[in-house]
Amino acid sequence: MGRNDLARHALGDDRPMSSTELRHTALDALHRSLGATMTDFAGWDMPLRYGSERDEHLAVRTKAGLFDLSHMGEITVTGPEAAALLNFALVGNIASVGVGRARYTMICQADGGILDDLIVYRLAETEYMVVANASNAQVVLDALTERAAGFDAEVRDDRDAYALIAVQGPESPGILKSLTDADLDGLKYYAGLPGTVAGVPALIARTGYTGEDGFELFVKPEHAVELWQALTKAGEGVGLVPCGLSCRDTLRLEAGMPLYGHELTTSLTPFDAGLGRVVKFEKEGDFVGREALTEAAAKAEANPPRVLVGLIAEGRRVPRAGYAVVAGGEVIGEVTSGAPSPTLGKPIAMAYVDAAHAAPGTEGVGVDIRGSHEPYEVVALPFYKRQK
Amino acid sequence: MSNPQQLRYSKEHEWLSGAEDGVSTVGITEHAANALGDVVFVQLPEVGDTVTAGESCGELESTKSVSDLYAPVTGEITAVNQDVVDDPSLVNSAPFEGGWLFKVRITDEPADLLSADEYTAFTAG
Repeated sequence: MGRNDLARHALGDDRPMSSTELRHTALDALHRSLGATMTDFAGWDMPLRYGSERDEHLAVRTKAGLFDLSHMGEITVTGPEAAALLNFALVGNIASVGVGRARYTMICQADGGILDDLIVYRLAETEYMVVANASNAQVVLDALTERAAGFDAEVRDDRDAYALIAVQGPESPGILKSLTDADLDGLKYYAGLPGTVAGVPALIARTGYTGEDGFELFVKPEHAVELWQALTKAGEGVGLVPCGLSCRDTLRLEAGMPLYGHELTTSLTPFDAGLGRVVKFEKEGDFVGREALTEAAAKAEANPPRVLVGLIAEGRRVPRAGYAVVAGGEVIGEVTSGAPSPTLGKPIAMAYVDAAHAAPGTEGVGVDIRGSHEPYEVVALPFYKRQK
Repeated sequence: MSNPQQLRYSKEHEWLSGAEDGVSTVGITEHAANALGDVVFVQLPEVGDTVTAGESCGELESTKSVSDLYAPVTGEITAVNQDVVDDPSLVNSAPFEGGWLFKVRITDEPADLLSADEYTAFTAG
């Protein structure tokens, strides 16, 4: 153990410590009273874990977990041409999203590179909420504002208008039902409706980043503590535990969900990331990146670039982002995310590998772990899919 | 957390027991285990290896990261804890007891090992 190692571990994140002041969520004092280990995440001081991250992970898979996700970046788009603006600015067909529904989509550069992946909620005929990753919220806000020129629509920075609390896991519908009259049975996956939870006005969305059933509750920051405490009490008897970002990362990794900065970057198009399905060429009108993405789609069809695959370790050493994937002594790819999987009981990774080595079951693939080539099994993503 | 009085400590967060027949037991402190989070993989030196104070002699891997294990003293490895290799979570659940890592016959030790009180002050700073 070195002192520098400890300092780095305490960060829990591979980005350098920001010299600017960290931002704190409305639940900050509560996290500290719960004994959370905090971490700098995209300029926010966020809970990394409260106790064992493995126990938190397993609680979400089998019972329920409570997350503070207030670092996520909310941007509201309103006006008669809100739908037209988003169809132009994003790669998805946002105009076709029904009121009360949500869509996973991306915002790209003109060259097709991914600026961020997003969830867009249609709150009303002429009102959308775009939720960006904390690390990209300013970039997305700037791009939407610039792309709004000429549209009869307003782009509003609502990052400070919301706290975001997620309840995830098989017990989450029961927990939430005990606190709201909203029609949760009628609320489908990727839908959202306004309601009241524990007496607090909330946008209740059935979305998440864990691979489990669950809800994300957007509320005013001044209501966050009250809601967190009500959810904690409601979940007491069914095993709900507070969960930090560390288990959120292993949950999404098992579920094969990409993380911006790892599987998604400006140097990759949605087609490179195996997510070409989010690009809707058939929608009306032009959109930023259409031309470049048309080419990227054709190239992906004819001459596939590196492919995003899953890797499962045969041994116990953990692959980390940036490690080389090897076969026959040659580098054939790179790990983008890796962690010990609590569900599989083995280390797992997502990696971009050459198409020739991407088929599930490909023999002879390994990861260079600090000079030693450890054998890995190539599998299709996701690693984990919940039984419905 | 409290650091057992009878142990000595390195600034790299290892603890070292008093020698019995010239052999001391080594582990990592509770402070270090907490900072690492769930330990999932432990690579230890082998019995018979010579380790050198301040140099890497193994690895500890947790959910978020991997870090070197440094030898707090110079000497020959006389035993390693197979239980902790089989169940690395012992490092978290019992860092000063069942989570010990190896035993070493000391031939030389650095002058800057800390007492429990000194280590407590060191980690508080």
